[in-house]
Parts: sequence; C-alpha cells; structure tokens
Amino acid sequence: MSEKVLIVDDDKAFLQILAERMQNRGMEVSTAESAAEALKLLETESYDAVLLDLMMPEMGGIEALQIMRKKQPEVQVIFVTGHPSVSKGVEAIKLGAMDFIPKPVDMAELTEKIHQAKASRMILVEKHSQEKIKKILTDKGW
Amino acid sequence: MTTDSGLVGRAGLQFYGKMCASISHDIKNVLAVINENAGLVEDLCFAAERGKPLDPLRLKRAAADVKAQIRRGDEIISGMNRFAHSVDSDSVQVNLLEIIDLLAAISVRFAAMRGLTLQIDRSESGATVTTSPFLLLNLLWLCLEQAMEASGPDRKVALAAERISGGVCLRFRGLEGLKAAPLGGLSAEPAASLCCALSAEVRADAQTGEILVQLAGGRG
Repeated sequence: MSEKVLIVDDDKAFLQILAERMQNRGMEVSTAESAAEALKLLETESYDAVLLDLMMPEMGGIEALQIMRKKQPEVQVIFVTGHPSVSKGVEAIKLGAMDFIPKPVDMAELTEKIHQAKASRMILVEKHSQEKIKKILTDKGW
Repeated sequence: MTTDSGLVGRAGLQFYGKMCASISHDIKNVLAVINENAGLVEDLCFAAERGKPLDPLRLKRAAADVKAQIRRGDEIISGMNRFAHSVDSDSVQVNLLEIIDLLAAISVRFAAMRGLTLQIDRSESGATVTTSPFLLLNLLWLCLEQAMEASGPDRKVALAAERISGGVCLRFRGLEGLKAAPLGGLSAEPAASLCCALSAEVRADAQTGEILVQLAGGRG
C-alpha cells in the first residue's frame, strides 16, 4: 500500500513540485499552504507522514505540531526547513516530531524517512488499539 | 539625550544579523524549488530510459519554474547587495523612496510571517536627506516592527516618504492598533540612541494611525 503524505509549506512553488515528485513515486499526497489548512485536513484524514515547514505565516510549525499531536497522537511529523537550528530541532523532537530534513531536500533521504514514519505510525496505531481494547475489557471486569 | 555609540553598534550588528538570516532563509527556499525541478527532470529522464515517452510540455514547465526562481533569487540577492552597501558611508545623500523600498525588500518575510503586506506610497519620489543609510534603516526597522504590531484589520502597513518644512518625514500608515497599544519600544534603547545619532524624531499619532520619523535637513 502506498504512503499517504500531507505536505505543509507556504511556498506554493515548493509545495507543488515536491508533491508531484512524491506522487511520481506512488505516494498519495495532499498539500496545505498554511498550518490552519493542514489542521482542517487532519480533522477528517490521517496520514502516514506530515511534512511540515517550520516557519510559516501566522502559525509556525512548532505550534502546529503541538495541535496535531493533540488531534492525532500517532501523527508522524517530519520538519522540512531551510535552517534547522539545533535548539529548534531539540524543541521539536521533545514535542514529538519524528525528524528534521533540511532544504534543499534529498529525495532518497526523505523517501526513507517517510517509510520509517509509516512503520512508526502503524506500531503506534496498533498499540493504541490494544490499549483501547484492554481498557474496554477492564471496564467490563473481564 | 546622547548617543550611546556602543549600543548603536551592538543594535546595528543584531539588525544586520537578523536581516542576513532572513535573506539566507529566502535563498534556501529558492534553491529548494530549483533542486526539486532538477530532481523532476532526472525523474523524467529515468522514466524515459525505461520506455516512457518524455513530455516536452512538462520539461518546458520545469524550465520556466527554474527561470522564475532565478528571477526571485536575483531580486533577493539584489536587495541583500543594496543592504550590504548601506554601511559604506556614514553620511551620504539618500533618496527616501529608495530607502523605504529597500526596507520593504528586506522586511517582506517578517511581514509575511505576521500575515501582513507592506505597501509603498510612490507619490513623492524626490525627497532626499544626507544621513547614514544603515542607521536610518535600523531606526526604520524598529519603527516597522512596532507598526506591524499595531496594524489594522486589513493587515497592511503603508510606507511613505515626503518633504516637510525644514526636513523630511517617513510615515508608517494604517496602524489602527495604535489606539490600543502604546509604543514603548520607540522611546527606549536602541531607538533613542539611533534618533540621537540621526538627529531624528519619532512619534506615534494614534488619531491618524501613524508612526512618523522626522529628519532635519532634507531636500526635495
């Protein structure tokens, strides 16, 4: 099954060309030009990976990551940014980001990280499902 | 009031660094799009080698996108070059419309991050003043930062330069938020020392929604 990816970047030219290249690799790609647009999509959809720009108008990547993690705890966010500073990287990883990729993007590296994101997400989804089942059984006294 | 030259120097270096960091971010974004277009051409060649026909229209679009990014990069680097040369002289005749053009060019990313646009009023193009272009840009940036905080619901800040009796005036307009927020930053350091060094006066007019920077000795 192909990877389902959401790309969030305020640079429309970058968004379109990256989406096209990933679609050419068989991925199912959605795009959002702002964090607000991405959060709206996440209300009804889930993705194997979210590629998130760090610096965007009005709501930056770090704030968006925090909201995304609340909406979907298993979401796998990979920051794609021009200048990944160590302090921002540490902050993002502490808040639950999966990884950082610098611009210009190395497609082989990005593809590999998306595969890893999908695997990590599936493990988390499975874990959360088991926890839910366990809770239901415990609540019923089984 | 006196000029604290050490403070002006430190503030200037911080301002220079902040702008260079922002410009480098913009250049990275340009390179990222060029990189993806080069990658796409590689992808298409790879597919063609395996029998899929090349689509000339797609190749033309990739070439057009690269050209557009080169134009975008050229504009960014031209602004960076003009900004770098603003430190060349401590006293030179500057055209104020050119100064606010440059301020807008190097600040556009900061405005965009706040969801704002900068508009330049070009009705008066001949106002000049003899001053330090870099220190003036630094003072105007401090004003613009405050102006962006006080912008109105239309999310625009308008910049204008004009001759006034005995000097010139630069205006930041459309600041409806001035009524609610006092402009503490412009009476504090480093703005105060910059005003002193430039013989400038900065004031905010909540009634008209403007920040005004007046400089003595301008020419029309």
